Amino acid sequence: MSAIQNLNVYDPFADTGEEEAGQPQGYIHIRIQQRNGRKTLTTVQGLPGEYDQKKLLKAFKKEFACNGTLVQDEELGQVIQLQGDQRLKVQNFLSEEGIDKNIIKIHGF
Amino acid sequence: MSDAENDHQNNQNNLEEGNSEELLFDPSLKKKKKKKNKVVFEDEVEQRADIEFQFEDQSDYPAPVPLVEENNETEENNEDDEMSIFADTKKKKKKKKEIVDKEVEEEEPAETTDFADLPRMKKKKKKTMTEFIAQLNDGVEDATRTEDDVFATDGEHVDKETKVEDAWLNSDRDYTYPELLGRVFHILRQNNPELAGEKRRYTIVPPAVHREGNKKTIFANVADICKRMHRQPEHVIQFLFAELGTSGSIDGAQRLIIKGRFQQKQLENVLRRYIVEYVTCKTCKSPDTILTKESRIFFQQCESCGSTRSVSAIKTGFKAQTEKRAAQRRAAAV
Ligand SMILES: [Zn+2]
Repeated sequence: MSAIQNLNVYDPFADTGEEEAGQPQGYIHIRIQQRNGRKTLTTVQGLPGEYDQKKLLKAFKKEFACNGTLVQDEELGQVIQLQGDQRLKVQNFLSEEGIDKNIIKIHGF
Repeated sequence: MSDAENDHQNNQNNLEEGNSEELLFDPSLKKKKKKKNKVVFEDEVEQRADIEFQFEDQSDYPAPVPLVEENNETEENNEDDEMSIFADTKKKKKKKKEIVDKEVEEEEPAETTDFADLPRMKKKKKKTMTEFIAQLNDGVEDATRTEDDVFATDGEHVDKETKVEDAWLNSDRDYTYPELLGRVFHILRQNNPELAGEKRRYTIVPPAVHREGNKKTIFANVADICKRMHRQPEHVIQFLFAELGTSGSIDGAQRLIIKGRFQQKQLENVLRRYIVEYVTCKTCKSPDTILTKESRIFFQQCESCGSTRSVSAIKTGFKAQTEKRAAQRRAAAV
């Protein structure tokens, strides 16, 4: 909250960031899925092509101390699967690697 | 513990074990060692006994002594006595004394302020000021939070604003921006409420969530919540399933059965995101919007400002295989 809110001129014509409706490409989707019991699974979909997913997975596994695999999806390409809820950690990791936080979308509860 | 340390310890243990084993093989050595140990132990016991005896001696002395020696000394001895016998109580006494000292210390500043000790006064005032401002800020934050919270019940924040309003009247400090703002709105609300831009707060009943069995969650009031949001239940449910990465069905009583275990808070979070994405107008923040579908694209039209925007389609995205492969194959075969 800025001290003088009146100076935050609101622009009704400004981009709402929702232009690319219908084809939200370029987003990195981090999702969570429940398995049996309290177990969960984190999936990272849509990582930029310039990243070596194998190396990323290796880094994730080491950094978050969890297991994971690389899955090849027909439509969505390579998807990283990690054991447990690693969503925030993945987001922090990626943004520290210089990926814009706005293209990272965390889903789930 | 690091591996190196572990190794070190293991080595030590091994060494010790080795020693004892060697001792076992050499009866004479073993005996010696045992004896030594025993002697040391006995010595210690004796020493302790000595100490005890000393105490007893001291306690014994005063009784016969007073008759022979001066009174002063007997008093001292008595004190010693107390100290030796009630060592514990003495400690307690000390603690008590410390506590008393602390109390005195705490009391002191108040006294000095009574004596108009200027520097201390200032300090105290500053403290209360900062505390007060912190409290104020907290109050403001809380107010905005409850205002933003769709699931919150009404009330409270009006009281806080009035509190904020005349908070500076009793002190000679300057009013702060939020306070002035609060005052303006208070007056505005009193005189011409239509100018205050008082929007009807958008609230939704919290989702009624309970568990069914071990693996399913019942979201009982989906229909009601969808009605309040003016959205088709299918759309909302599609979003819920996509976000939660699960599936489910609607039972006879219009309740949503979700596969997996979810808490009310979690569903609330997802619903909140749905409201931000698909219900509130991005231009004027009004929740009075309608969702229409035109050639496979959803458009959101605002009822209060008339703006229209396209809305991103709900995408399930990647779904990992969570069931056992055998079970999936069975399901596919049936
Ligand atoms: Zn609007």
